[in-house]
Amino acid sequence: MKPATTYPQQRDDVRLLVIDPAAPLVPPGAALRETRTPALPDFLAAGDLLIVNDAATVPASLRGRDDDGNQIEARLLAARADDRFSAVLFGAGDWHQRTEDRPPPAALPVGARLRFRALVAQIAARAPASPRLVDLRFSAAGDELWAALYRAGRPVQYSYLAHDLPLWAVQTVYAARPWAFEMPSAGRPLSWEILLALRRKGVRWASLTHAAGLSATGDPAIDAALPLAERYDIPAATVRAVSETRARGGRVVAVGTTVVRALEGAAMEDGGLRAGAGETDLIIDPAFRPRVIDGVLSGAHAAHESHFSLLAAFAGPTLLAAAADHAERAGFLTHELGDSMLVLPGALAPAAIRGALRAASQSPPDA
Amino acid sequence: MSRSIAGQNVMVTGGSRGLGRALGEALARAGARVVLVARHADELADTVAAIRAAGGEAHAVVADVAARDATHAIAGQAAAAVGPIDVLVNNASTLGPVPLRLLLDTDCEDLERALAVNLVGPFRLTKAVAGPMVLRGRGTIINVTSDAATEAYERWGAYGASKAALEQLGRVWAAELAGTGVRVLNVDPGEMDTRMHADAIPDANRAELADPPRVAAEIVALLEADPGPTSGARIAIRTGPTAAAAGSEETAVVT
Repeated sequence: MKPATTYPQQRDDVRLLVIDPAAPLVPPGAALRETRTPALPDFLAAGDLLIVNDAATVPASLRGRDDDGNQIEARLLAARADDRFSAVLFGAGDWHQRTEDRPPPAALPVGARLRFRALVAQIAARAPASPRLVDLRFSAAGDELWAALYRAGRPVQYSYLAHDLPLWAVQTVYAARPWAFEMPSAGRPLSWEILLALRRKGVRWASLTHAAGLSATGDPAIDAALPLAERYDIPAATVRAVSETRARGGRVVAVGTTVVRALEGAAMEDGGLRAGAGETDLIIDPAFRPRVIDGVLSGAHAAHESHFSLLAAFAGPTLLAAAADHAERAGFLTHELGDSMLVLPGALAPAAIRGALRAASQSPPDA
Repeated sequence: MSRSIAGQNVMVTGGSRGLGRALGEALARAGARVVLVARHADELADTVAAIRAAGGEAHAVVADVAARDATHAIAGQAAAAVGPIDVLVNNASTLGPVPLRLLLDTDCEDLERALAVNLVGPFRLTKAVAGPMVLRGRGTIINVTSDAATEAYERWGAYGASKAALEQLGRVWAAELAGTGVRVLNVDPGEMDTRMHADAIPDANRAELADPPRVAAEIVALLEADPGPTSGARIAIRTGPTAAAAGSEETAVVT
């Protein structure tokens, strides 16, 4: 599959592959349907709950120089304190080069100074995993630091894109606090047209904030450790909405990996959820069994991508392989500006069967 | 009945002087967490320092609301400072060059600038801030307007047209956001004793003009009223001495 190289003409009109793990695998294709994102409301039902990550995307790429005049780029990936962020350092070049082809920065000791226009930062710590994964302490803090970041920073972007991404292009329509260092892009195709249509249908929304970090750095040692622990904040209203939805047999649909990580990371053994702030290092792999979430709206991913293995936690390997094959043949586009996939049990069932599925899910296991 | 503005996150554009500054001060006194947006860093820093010295919470965002690239930087800095915004007051506006000119003598660029500051800037910022409000099911947007939006005052063509369009946008916002918990109000503060007014009408009798802090107090009362005005309403605030003489002291007239 190829990455989308540019922004779609309309945010909310891209291809959507609906994958229904509860549908029969034969005839082939009964569990898959290709449509477009404006049809999304057709595949959810009254009583379902859609949970989005409302983090706004920080312009997290800072280009500048070290004290010897060497070019450097810092990509922020986590906020640590009022004046401190974790970051990955790159040498000369910019997003036009593949991260794995970028030269590393000059060896910089703890205490080295970096200048990004008017903003000065000092390397406060280096991670054991790689000397390029550092904590930066900035010369400004709080409001002053945020103003400087918005002046000096650009959105993080990768070499498959055709042009510079403006800040507006990496925001969802409900973005609030700037916590994400890359766009929580599964929600990018959601417009108010779609969200309000879902609500008219009786689908509820809820939100949480999850500090999405970087998806790739090109440094094998760092990439092997990704995703790092990320912080989240789950409002009490969202916890209530989840328990009400589950009590009534509705489905909880996460928009994107970050929502899965936050909710499943916060889930307790019994499937209960704690509201509030936390940090999660949960890795969702095919062996993971979700406790809270029934389905995922995601960007389109190819079978070899790590995000794809997250989908495997929600659908079996045979169905997912068929889905990947379909997406490949149909020319689905991947990455943050690409097409979408919805994995949701019952998404393709006729209304009558959907009711039966719900009744079954509400029955005690021994009934 | 009333609902307190205390603890709410409020963003006011044009916050360094005039009504914007008075609103920032009044809101912070009432316990709101205030973000003030203005172009001039020094004036804005003075205003924020004064609010903090009085024990209030205020944050500065230096930006021009008319600048296309400023929108998400403003929204992001505001949310970084206080969290998701509960109330946005689109107060920043420009008269254009003064003395005010007849339309036949108005440069097209000056009309465009009035529209950029008074109409398109508020539209962009509302778009950025109202989305998260709808998601959370609550919020208020106030567009500060003028009677020049409804009366055809000579020489006020560019300004009046921009404010008329802002009001119409406000009504359509209100219609589209019905049922979401987010309301949009057009508030006409009346003629106030501000630098902007002095620029427009240098020989005005200042004794006849409303005092910005009194108007600001009325707007805070509007925000705290429960049930408050209906979304889409146009509210004319008249607190000046002329209003008192007419027997309508401290009334908020809903039309």
